[in-house]
Amino acid sequence: MAYVAHDESDYVPPAEVEEVELYHPKTFIGKYIWSQDAKVIAIQYSITAIAVGLVALVLSGIMRLQLGYPNTFSFITPGTYLQFVTMHGMIMVIYLLTALFLGGFGNYLIPLMVGARDMVFPYVNMVSYWVYLFAVLLLMASFFVPGGPTGSGWTLYPPQAILEGTPGASWGIILMLVSLAFFIVGFTMGGLNYVVTVLQARTRGMTMMRLPLTVWGIFMATILALLAFPALFVSCIMMTLDSLLGTSFFMPAIVSMGQQLDYGGGSPILFQHLFWFFGHPEVYIVALPAFGMVSDLISVHARKNIFGYRMMVWAILAIGALSLVVWAHHMYVSGMNPYFGFFFAITTLVIAIPTAIKVYNWVLTLWRGNIHLTVPMLFAIGFVFTFINGGLTGLFLGNVTVDLPLSDTMFVVAHFHMVMAVAPIMVVFGAIYHWYPKITGRMLNDTLGKFHFWATFLGSYAIYYPMHYLGFLGVPRRYYAMGNTDFLPESAHSLNAGITIVALIVGAIQVVFLYNLVWSYFKGKPSGGNPWGATTLEWQTPDTPPKHGNFGPTLPVVYRWAYDYSVPGVDEDFIPQNQPPGEKTRGLEET
Amino acid sequence: MTIALVVAAAIVAIIVGWLLRQTLNTKPWIEQQHPIENVRAESAWSLPPVKVGLGVFLAVATSLFALFISAYFMRRMGADWNTLADPMVLWWNTALLCLGSIYFQRARTAAQRGQIDGVKVGLLAGGAFTFAFLAGQLWAWQQLNASGFYLATNPASDFFYLLTALHGLHLLGGLWVWGRTTAKVWRGFEVADVRLSVELCTVYWHFLLVVWLILFGLLLST
Amino acid sequence: MAVAIVLVLLVVGSILFHFLSPWYFTPIASNWGMIDDTVTITFWVTGFVFVAINFFMAYAVVRYRYQKGRRAVYEPENKKLEWWLTGFTTLGVVAMLAPGLFVWAKFVEVPKEASVIEAIGQQWHWSFRFPGKDGVLGTVDTKYVSVENPFGINTDDPNGQDDVLIASNEVHLPIDKPVKVLLRSTDVLHNFTVPQFRVKMDLVPGMVPYIWFTPTRTGKFEILCEELCGIAHFAMRGSVVVEEQTAFHTWLSSHPTFAQSSSRGAGDAVAGDPLYATCAACHGPQGEGNLALNAPKLSGLQDSYMQRQLKYFKQGARGTHDEDVFGKMMAPMAATLVDEVAIENVVAYIKTLPDKPAPATVNGDAAHGKKIYATCGVCHGPKGQGRWSTNAPRHAGMSDWYMVTQLKNFKQGIRGAHPQDMYGPQMGFMADLLVDDQAINDVVAYINTL
Repeated sequence: MAYVAHDESDYVPPAEVEEVELYHPKTFIGKYIWSQDAKVIAIQYSITAIAVGLVALVLSGIMRLQLGYPNTFSFITPGTYLQFVTMHGMIMVIYLLTALFLGGFGNYLIPLMVGARDMVFPYVNMVSYWVYLFAVLLLMASFFVPGGPTGSGWTLYPPQAILEGTPGASWGIILMLVSLAFFIVGFTMGGLNYVVTVLQARTRGMTMMRLPLTVWGIFMATILALLAFPALFVSCIMMTLDSLLGTSFFMPAIVSMGQQLDYGGGSPILFQHLFWFFGHPEVYIVALPAFGMVSDLISVHARKNIFGYRMMVWAILAIGALSLVVWAHHMYVSGMNPYFGFFFAITTLVIAIPTAIKVYNWVLTLWRGNIHLTVPMLFAIGFVFTFINGGLTGLFLGNVTVDLPLSDTMFVVAHFHMVMAVAPIMVVFGAIYHWYPKITGRMLNDTLGKFHFWATFLGSYAIYYPMHYLGFLGVPRRYYAMGNTDFLPESAHSLNAGITIVALIVGAIQVVFLYNLVWSYFKGKPSGGNPWGATTLEWQTPDTPPKHGNFGPTLPVVYRWAYDYSVPGVDEDFIPQNQPPGEKTRGLEET
Repeated sequence: MTIALVVAAAIVAIIVGWLLRQTLNTKPWIEQQHPIENVRAESAWSLPPVKVGLGVFLAVATSLFALFISAYFMRRMGADWNTLADPMVLWWNTALLCLGSIYFQRARTAAQRGQIDGVKVGLLAGGAFTFAFLAGQLWAWQQLNASGFYLATNPASDFFYLLTALHGLHLLGGLWVWGRTTAKVWRGFEVADVRLSVELCTVYWHFLLVVWLILFGLLLST
Repeated sequence: MAVAIVLVLLVVGSILFHFLSPWYFTPIASNWGMIDDTVTITFWVTGFVFVAINFFMAYAVVRYRYQKGRRAVYEPENKKLEWWLTGFTTLGVVAMLAPGLFVWAKFVEVPKEASVIEAIGQQWHWSFRFPGKDGVLGTVDTKYVSVENPFGINTDDPNGQDDVLIASNEVHLPIDKPVKVLLRSTDVLHNFTVPQFRVKMDLVPGMVPYIWFTPTRTGKFEILCEELCGIAHFAMRGSVVVEEQTAFHTWLSSHPTFAQSSSRGAGDAVAGDPLYATCAACHGPQGEGNLALNAPKLSGLQDSYMQRQLKYFKQGARGTHDEDVFGKMMAPMAATLVDEVAIENVVAYIKTLPDKPAPATVNGDAAHGKKIYATCGVCHGPKGQGRWSTNAPRHAGMSDWYMVTQLKNFKQGIRGAHPQDMYGPQMGFMADLLVDDQAINDVVAYINTL
């Protein structure tokens, strides 16, 4: 490696990352509909995901109505209740969170943050979105077919998923399986892009260890997803064949509704293994991007480098690798060989260690920082608090013995909503408040943002923290109604009603957020290119919002890591990644 | 699930191994690296993105086949598993696919040497043998059908149809790219314009040959 | 600033909630106190971490909140601190994991002296099997399951002949005796849970998982299915009655063995003919029912259902509620049937009566009723023909006015709430779906069209 003296550093050799030829469309449709620009695709993904997420939010409101006030609403029957449970879960986990984090944030941020003009395969990227949209439409179509959507729970366990006695066992489940298969195909197209872009299209000087943690999180999550989604794909295909062609992959001998069925020898446990081989990494597919983004939010708004960057990267890798060997902790009471419990309890609790390290490092980043309590920062703090809570209850469920009384109860529901719903959603909100100025050129309204934060943060804690205790009492999940039982105190029903009221309020308040998104797009305060004083490349683009091609005539050259905040001896409290050594930082006021 | 686990572990090991070469242990906040040092030099990877893309896709496909094979082994423990008499034509098919792979390899070598005629011959023969293989697979299905093994007769035959179909679909996907490349060659493109496509096809064919050999071994052994 | 205060308040509030709220584990009734201990250990470890990190974060937010002119400290990492924290976390994990694995080992190893019983789950009720005198359960297979052999017992296996069959949602267990429960399902996944026992396990068709426990407290405990098993999942309840040894034996010996239950004939219609004379006074000579006398149509009803209801009337599980005016009239009539044979005979006679559809008397919106009926049809059959496997009687072509009365009774707890009415509570849950009288009329109007 040739040594070049510092005074030559203004010399920029020709880029060794080849210039990509971008397809620049002329028409509106080409620009905004059939677009190959990752940023437009990102927004398409995000809007679709949020729209379908709103459907799922409404479904959850209906479920809460039933749980809080049983036998009051005639349109909620046991069948529709289960259908709502299923659709809510599946939409939120796959079609909202996975699509939003990887398809939305991944598409927007990866090329900008690594200093690329676009994804490496823009055409495939575009097809990825349209396949995703088709999957969403297929799923939504299941509301309108005979029998309605499937009501087999988001885990779709056979045999019941494809048998009479479960709603949507004929049309609904097939649409669900086919939709998932399409989602996986679409995702694989996108995922190839994310991985190869990070590997091959980083700009000059952007070593892996100079990547912002956001990119690390999305990168690792995509790798996990690429390896884990095939498991879901396999189980979808085999269950579709079981249902339509009468094979017996998952179906043992069964008497359904008094009739001997023509199945035999199959193993329902096999499905569960395949499902959770996908299902557990799925948790981290959602969590890792959230971890990455929240690291950047905390660092930027505390004006301090992320504490222990290397440890953070290693933790992401460790979590990613370990998450492939913990799946059966979802199956402690599934009837699988109980000796597996020992192995999976150990691996599961081991994964707590790198996760805990990440939490410590976030908090230690705040320590001795200069913390701006902006809306993104508030959401980041909200995330850390929620995630600590949800992570710790995970230690209950991951430890095989402690799981026994709690498995399949409301404790599980409370736990995974805390850790997988509220915590990532906090990051989603924080990230939107943080990057909205880059996407639109305008700030989101601060007052509305703060109101939105407090209502969402306090409200969701009030929903899910007490819910754990319903689980201790023994209230099972996926129960349409408890009825009169002798082991539940009357007060447990009042608690359920209370949770419902809070949930409906929190759900309704999200309208404020949507309003803010729309209002600020037209009326928001102009933000300039780098309102937060951040170092990463997406804030250094010549245009805000960035044009197709991102970086103007020449790609930026990276000279430093992503966390040069408050470097001693430098006037400004941040140094952009593309600022050559010895140059003065462009101040906030100049932008 | 052990097999899926081992395969996933191997893939993760490759990824982590590669990342470790990315100087994961450097302290990025220390400005020791000069700006001129760039991604390529540091990562020592000068592959075109499409090649890396194909590599990643092959990892996904490996995961997919490994999971199917895992499921195959778990399901085989069921009491109702009957051994299937595999049609003899499968041996011929295997030979055909091997030949296909060999001709793709020859096309690749020719492309590297810049011999357009060699590329033409290699591509044509490779494609022809692949079509012959697929036709042979269909014939094998016919034979099974004739001997009374339908899709839902027995888990062994279920898996036979499923695995061969999946493998065949992957080949069809490959043939689509092959078709585009061959058409290009015929329309008079230079060797340099198709070299990459030919290389990608070759790698993909070798991969699918290996997958088929594993699947075939599996089907034979049970 | 506000956020720091809120963090502290949330932490303190969470702890207070934990200690002060009335919601926690139900009092334990099995030997698995060790499980509660592992939960307690986990609470202490995680509670400490929860408080420590959040207080630290709250302090950091206050202490290092933005001040003009102040700069953050540039500290890329602190290896020593990070390794300390890692080590400390590992310790905490071991503290939780080690006792957990120790208890799990006990859960996996069933004590030798444990007696073996079988719990059978099917959509959506429980039944149970005891090994009988030879102490061995006979072999079973889902393939053998039929109306005559609902337990699916292998008739060729001599061990199965003396198995005691409990065709009921209620099982009794002796106190302080370890019991291994084999869990068998004939259709979909179910889960055997008794909250007070702490342990649970899925029932998986095609295999037989197990759990074991020792009941340590007498009383009646609810069995819940905790693995989603279809529409009536939430209504799949049962109960375990833990009692002293002698009471348990009395209970057990009151149930038939497999041999006894399969040798019993179908009832003698000829012998039933004279017995029916009493019934005919109200229900009509053809069993066609009589609205004026509030007697429903009987002909065409499944015999298993009629037998069960007659037994209930006889035992007092039906017709004893104060508000069940017409049920109270039926109870003394059922009492005239002296024993089970008499019940079987009269039912056999009713089966010979001609089955003519009862006239429609109820007006309602059948289109709306059809929507409601989607739920009913799952157990009662889409044509209202009834289903033996779900213990659901036929109602197509039966007396509609009677169904209206009974739906109201179920809804108000007049029927089905009696502890000995095994499948009544399920119907109670379902009747709750009908929010008002109009809904009841609508669904019955739809049944009239079937």
